[in-house]
Amino acid sequence: MPKPLRILFWIAIACLGAAGFAALALSRGEPVNAAWMLTAAVCTYLVGYRFYSKLIASKVFALDAERATPAVRLNDGRDFVPTNRWIVFGHHFAAIAGPGPLVGPTLAAQFGFLPGAIWIIVGVVLGGAVQDFVTLAASIRRNGKSLGEMARQEIGPVAGFTALVAVLGIMIVLLAVLALVVVNALAGSPWGVVTVGLTIPIALAMGGYLRWVRPGRVLEASAFGIVLLILALYAGQWVAQNPGIAPTFTLSRTTLAWTIMLYSLAASILPVWLLLAPRDYLSAFVKLGVVVALAVGILIVLPPLQMPATTAFVNGTGPVFAGKVFPFVFITIACGAISGFHSLVASGTTPKLIERETDARMIGYGSMLMESLVAILALIAACVLTPGAYFAINAPAGLLGTTVESASRAVQGWGFSITPQELSAMAHRIGEASVLSRTGGAPSLAIGMAQIFSSVFGGSAMAIWYHFAIMFEALFILTTLDAGTRVGRFMLQDMLKHVWAPIGKVSWYPSVVITSTLIVAMWGHFLYQGVMDPLGGINSLWPLFGISNQLLAAVALCVGATVIIKMGKARYAWVAILPLTWLVIVTMTAGWEKVFAADPKLGFLAHARVVQAAIAAGAAPAGVASLAAASRLAFNDYLDAAVALFFMASVVVIVLASVREWAAVVGGSKAPESSEVPFEPYGELRPQAATGSQV
Amino acid sequence: MTHARRVSSGWRIAPWVTRVGAVVRRLIGAPDYDGYVAHRRLCHPGEPLLSRQEFYRLRLEDRYSRPGNRCC
Repeated sequence: MPKPLRILFWIAIACLGAAGFAALALSRGEPVNAAWMLTAAVCTYLVGYRFYSKLIASKVFALDAERATPAVRLNDGRDFVPTNRWIVFGHHFAAIAGPGPLVGPTLAAQFGFLPGAIWIIVGVVLGGAVQDFVTLAASIRRNGKSLGEMARQEIGPVAGFTALVAVLGIMIVLLAVLALVVVNALAGSPWGVVTVGLTIPIALAMGGYLRWVRPGRVLEASAFGIVLLILALYAGQWVAQNPGIAPTFTLSRTTLAWTIMLYSLAASILPVWLLLAPRDYLSAFVKLGVVVALAVGILIVLPPLQMPATTAFVNGTGPVFAGKVFPFVFITIACGAISGFHSLVASGTTPKLIERETDARMIGYGSMLMESLVAILALIAACVLTPGAYFAINAPAGLLGTTVESASRAVQGWGFSITPQELSAMAHRIGEASVLSRTGGAPSLAIGMAQIFSSVFGGSAMAIWYHFAIMFEALFILTTLDAGTRVGRFMLQDMLKHVWAPIGKVSWYPSVVITSTLIVAMWGHFLYQGVMDPLGGINSLWPLFGISNQLLAAVALCVGATVIIKMGKARYAWVAILPLTWLVIVTMTAGWEKVFAADPKLGFLAHARVVQAAIAAGAAPAGVASLAAASRLAFNDYLDAAVALFFMASVVVIVLASVREWAAVVGGSKAPESSEVPFEPYGELRPQAATGSQV
Repeated sequence: MTHARRVSSGWRIAPWVTRVGAVVRRLIGAPDYDGYVAHRRLCHPGEPLLSRQEFYRLRLEDRYSRPGNRCC
């Protein structure tokens, strides 16, 4: 394209994006079409990718296709393997896209669609994608070092240690909140329990097939697995419609919580080939398939958004979770806008696969834009529900009551409307006894998806689509639970071996069992607390997860800024410092409010005081069974406050350590030494002509 | 690719299935034994190879023992 035409093209894209935002923001009264949100998102991504990621690639890192990457230099056919960039792109995307970008935007929809949409779109271009890209590029230049190693090397041992402990803390909170999402989605749902439960023997059968029948035939085994998953969907329906068996599989939240803990413990001790690996393959297929199907479905239907642009709950009185739109929309939506966890992936497997340095732009920045698009799709799916339905599904039972009549009245009190008949009809359509208070985001997203899918394929199969969506979410949440418990166990063994050496032996059974049990006990405690919480659990756990995830993002951006400054590019360090500043403001404000706010729905300490006052008066607070349960509730409030304070302290430690390092380098008291591996030309080492790894 | 087109009876499907299969396997993060064997043959000819079982065991252990292969 000639240059003037190119300029015109990009001006047109920018204008189209601006028009999308204008349509979203200026709509008052009538539903806006989802097409406008997609337009605003995609045009912003295009402009961000073309200009901002180019700036980072060329000006900041000066990525050079002729500079040999670790995959090329250290090629061993196992860890380090130069790989086609589209494959790495897909692999990286599949690794970063989990349940996070689906759940967060769904919960944040209580503020209306606009705050979430703006944060997802702007946050990714200036924050999330930058973090992923900068971490990836820094890791590629350091032989694929992990984030923790880079934090220790670039900032110092204190930052390195804080990062390590923070990662473990985040894993614990993440596993607890994801388990809670599954518990809430499956409670009282025999169909869901049977379908999701059957995924376990299906994965075991695949594992056996891959081990003994046809070793290594992953695709064959996955094909069988997917067919069996579809059968499991119908098996669940059969059980749910069979009054003789259905009650056996109608489980309470407490039973489900214990079941999931025991299951994860077993899964993390069993050999990986038997359960975890096959489940991971299935989950990757289903994940990629559903994301594509959701995108196509939304493009075909182009549904109107029933949720208003903003709701009255921006003032902090929302029933889904407490807190004002600032800072809580930025905490609730982590994955999709900026997610610290990605920096572990960007400094994990991915840097060891990249063949050309310049591919890092598409893989680091580009994959994150894709994940952001997934978050936008989830937000759209949540907003195709009428606000009345959305709040009836996502508000806790403490506010709705337990009957369709009480729920309808509560929703009316919030200024929206849904009749008891509509609520019963909705439950009937998705094959469930009730849709009320299915908090955690998964069910409302599943209903939204089911609506979209069934309007593409005709409206009769709503129940099947709903349970398909639930199975899809549960499948990869359970995979994350297994894998996370396992990784947590390894991290714990690694830390505890300094206290007692034998615990570090990774294949010594007593150590494996002890450390796995410890990890499950830790996240299990938070899960159980969430299940018993009269405010619904999500209200306290999801913000903790958001704060911890943003803490990790702050670590990654500190490392990024330090790397950039030590490269002698201090004038470009704002690329990382800009999102870092925002994250520090957001996490500290949110952390402070969660701990100290006077509103007992919001502040952990205020809530503990209310509960203790009730105990002192000799009566358990509303929704709590006994005085003993009430004192446990107060204890958990203090625990949550301590965890939030720990995360905040970690942010302060890492930021201070980094600022000291920056000041030393910029002020000239420390030489800007780059720890990059020196340049080696790609041409001499490229895979076809490789003569073996020299390094 | 080109030799597949030369077959007079039309396009041969098998090589494409193999290719697509290899891409999908790597997308979902399954161990790539054939790639490993090809690399060893090219760069370290004559040196001993891990068996398929052993290679799978090592790759899976590595994949699921540290953070960094999946996210929330």
